[in-house]
Amino acid sequence: MATTAEVTAKVGEAGRQGKDVRSDLFVRFEPREGPLEIDLQSRVGLYYGDNIREQAKQVLAALGVSSGRLTIVDEGALPFVIGARIEAAVRRAGSGNGKRWLPEAAPRPEHSAKDRLRRSRLYLPGAEPKYFINAGLHYPDAIILDLEDSVHPAEKDASRLLVRNALHAVDFGTTERMVRINQLPLGYQDLEEVIPERPDLVLIPKVEHPQQVLEVDRKISDIETREGIKQPIWLMPILESALGIENAFAIATASDRVCALTIGLEDYTADLGIVRTRTGEETQFARFRVVNAAKAAGLQAIDSVFSDVGDMEGLRAWGEKSRAMGFEGMGCIHPAQIPVIHESYAPSQAEIEKALKIVAAFNDARVRGLGVVSLGSKMIDPPVVNRAVKLVSRAKLMGLVK
Amino acid sequence: MTVEAKQQAELVENAAGRKVPTFVNGRDQVPYQGVGKYKPTGRKAAPPVRSNAEFPKNGDKRVPDLETALRLCGLSDGMTISSHHHLREGDRVALPTLQTAAKLGVRDLRWFPSASFPCHAPVIDLMEQGIVHHIEGSMNGPLGDYCSHGKMRGYGVLRSHGGRWQAIQDGEVHVDIAVIAAPTADPFGNANGSHGPSACGSIGFALADSMYADKVIVVTDNLVPFPCIPWQVQGNNVDYVVEVPSIGDPAKIVSGTTQITRSPDRLRIAETVAQFLKVTGIMRNGFSFQAGAGGIALAFVDYLRKYMRAAGVKARFVRGGSTKYLVEMLQEGLTEYILDGQTFDLDAVKSIATDPRHVPTSPFTSYNYHGKGNFASMVDAVILGATEVDVNFNGNVVTHSDGRLLHGIGGWQNCLFSGCTILALPSFRDRIPVIVDEVTTLTGPGELIDVIVTERGIAINPRRQDLLDAVKGSGLPVKKIEELKEEVEKICGGKPAKPKLTDDPVAVVKWVDGTVLDTIWKQVGD
Repeated sequence: MATTAEVTAKVGEAGRQGKDVRSDLFVRFEPREGPLEIDLQSRVGLYYGDNIREQAKQVLAALGVSSGRLTIVDEGALPFVIGARIEAAVRRAGSGNGKRWLPEAAPRPEHSAKDRLRRSRLYLPGAEPKYFINAGLHYPDAIILDLEDSVHPAEKDASRLLVRNALHAVDFGTTERMVRINQLPLGYQDLEEVIPERPDLVLIPKVEHPQQVLEVDRKISDIETREGIKQPIWLMPILESALGIENAFAIATASDRVCALTIGLEDYTADLGIVRTRTGEETQFARFRVVNAAKAAGLQAIDSVFSDVGDMEGLRAWGEKSRAMGFEGMGCIHPAQIPVIHESYAPSQAEIEKALKIVAAFNDARVRGLGVVSLGSKMIDPPVVNRAVKLVSRAKLMGLVK
Repeated sequence: MTVEAKQQAELVENAAGRKVPTFVNGRDQVPYQGVGKYKPTGRKAAPPVRSNAEFPKNGDKRVPDLETALRLCGLSDGMTISSHHHLREGDRVALPTLQTAAKLGVRDLRWFPSASFPCHAPVIDLMEQGIVHHIEGSMNGPLGDYCSHGKMRGYGVLRSHGGRWQAIQDGEVHVDIAVIAAPTADPFGNANGSHGPSACGSIGFALADSMYADKVIVVTDNLVPFPCIPWQVQGNNVDYVVEVPSIGDPAKIVSGTTQITRSPDRLRIAETVAQFLKVTGIMRNGFSFQAGAGGIALAFVDYLRKYMRAAGVKARFVRGGSTKYLVEMLQEGLTEYILDGQTFDLDAVKSIATDPRHVPTSPFTSYNYHGKGNFASMVDAVILGATEVDVNFNGNVVTHSDGRLLHGIGGWQNCLFSGCTILALPSFRDRIPVIVDEVTTLTGPGELIDVIVTERGIAINPRRQDLLDAVKGSGLPVKKIEELKEEVEKICGGKPAKPKLTDDPVAVVKWVDGTVLDTIWKQVGD
């Protein structure tokens, strides 16, 4: 009969290796008696071999591991990735007792405003750390560290650690830091791991009922209280089904944390059993509904992604139409889409000039105590003034007006 | 001349503070003295005077095969045989030449290619057998490793394209037999690279050899009756013509299409370089630039031409490495000429064969430092790569950070004389920072390198106050090079450890004037 030690001692593996793998590593941890052994092969061993060994010891110490055999095959991974992979291997081996190790912290940006610019949000697959480090350099309004559809079910646990470490250690610049969690209950584990690292916003997938938003809200509040987190953490529910679209307004108003509604068109069209097209006529109703519900709740409406990264003209046309419908931004899956999206959601120079004139006329009327605003021979109605004020303030945020 | 075995060399410190040998492959060397400091004296080398009486009156210099040609050239032990890299990885002339020499039983040859490619790795066997003594030319892959591990009997000597012309012209390297692979030739020896089934574009690398070698063999798989037009290589310099079924694999000679990088970070670097040229006003009517065929360079051209179109700006000339992208600029009227050093893809080969504004050049017109000027210094901006750059803007292109041979110099050193030399690089590769305290192997002096563009920002050489002024208020992410270095080291988790090198030289890096700029040291643990 096997002893207890033999029964519990399973090997834990995490990460990837191979000549096509970049900025990642493979880790194997084998719990066993006796002194700690670290076996390292690294593409950058000549330059960082000692450094990696030292880090591995620190990580294991932080996880409370003092014996066993750790094998690392490193393909040039950065320290925040190395830490996450070792931790994943140790946890998968049933060791570590839920302790964590965090890399050196990056400077944190100011917390994000509820109504900040959200024209572009760049999806980063949570299992692909090589895309994290430079994501902020492409100046999307936000990055999304994705734990949901882009991550294989078997990699959810390890990706959670990568995303947590990235939130802690990667400098994303002025970009808003978003995380897309999994559906509950799996999403609870995501929240446990990432909320202490204070992402600016959490995307909740496949929302159909306001209850789903409330459950996430409560979990975040619990963790905030426990961790003493003061800065706001916003929510963006993703509506991806016919039912979700029907309940859009109730979802939008389920929690004060909700700052925007968005829509997932791949799942939505699948739910309807229709084909998604390049121009999107088939989803007009759902998208209008999202815009209207979001506006009724005083929130931003954010569009889906455009999936053909080679088709910039299609993207531009989509973005311009989307803006005309009332959306304020959309998702993107490649950095090359970012400038096109920003341009297509920007008001035209003519619109800006007209709006500036209206705002000037409004201010002038106010100063002179006039009840009616007029521009030339035309009287300007209050809603027109209101729209102009909004347009100018957005154009200012985009840097289009000094 | 018999090349002597490698002997214990005296090492001295040159003007760049690098230790270099004073005696290399049987010749005394001049240590690097600084940019423009070394003054050459004497007269150029020259091949022996020959008479028409020795050659057939009907101009037919054909012989049955390479073996006959080599024998007629008087191939013997210790000779220098040269070849050229315009057929790139598809070359089927250089290696068979050396293998034929092996069959003839000669030993201790010096192979003097304008560059070697991975397809030439079997030369290692010839060195092991003593047939080839050593290589003077770029070495990478297995050949680079062979040299880096100290297995070659002579020193490797790395020269720029211009430096190779200079070495031949100055008599520093005497070529006994030049073997020129010609995509088209006539029986008299006139040859070009722009036509024929193995067309490769310009064959300018072979020109110096055709003019200065004792004996010249042209090998072709596309023999045409006299005259072969155009005749980039002139038959009047040629001794023998050999017809073979194939000089190379067309698929490996040129790429079907050259591809722009899809890496977002590299695209960002390329875009930043193009913005830099726009903001600084270097991009203006009548300007010129050079960019190679690497992914970043191609993407740069794509961005720049958009800016040029938008601003209504036209270039006087662009310098190739030519590709589809430059050809499109020529056809669109965005440039008046392409001055072509190497022709990389099918569109460019077609263009050079048909468009008189697409001009084949040679290292003499473009790069040779021992001439009455060259046009590299007339190019307004050049965009280059590097494996490392240091805080003094010195660049390394020839070795990895561990000192192993990686690349040839190509035209890199020669291009540094342009009006604005820009190195476009990722700030780190596989966790290894590209910006370092001191480059492993000095290939280009920092005083000639003006701008470093990375995905994390631009560093401008403090010597270029004019450029620093020009970017003020532009919004471009200009940083001090030290700041960039620190930022990258922070990401990478500290400074990389410095790999240990031995004190045993295995190769030298020549500067454009033939002086010795730096040394490649044997790898530790051999």
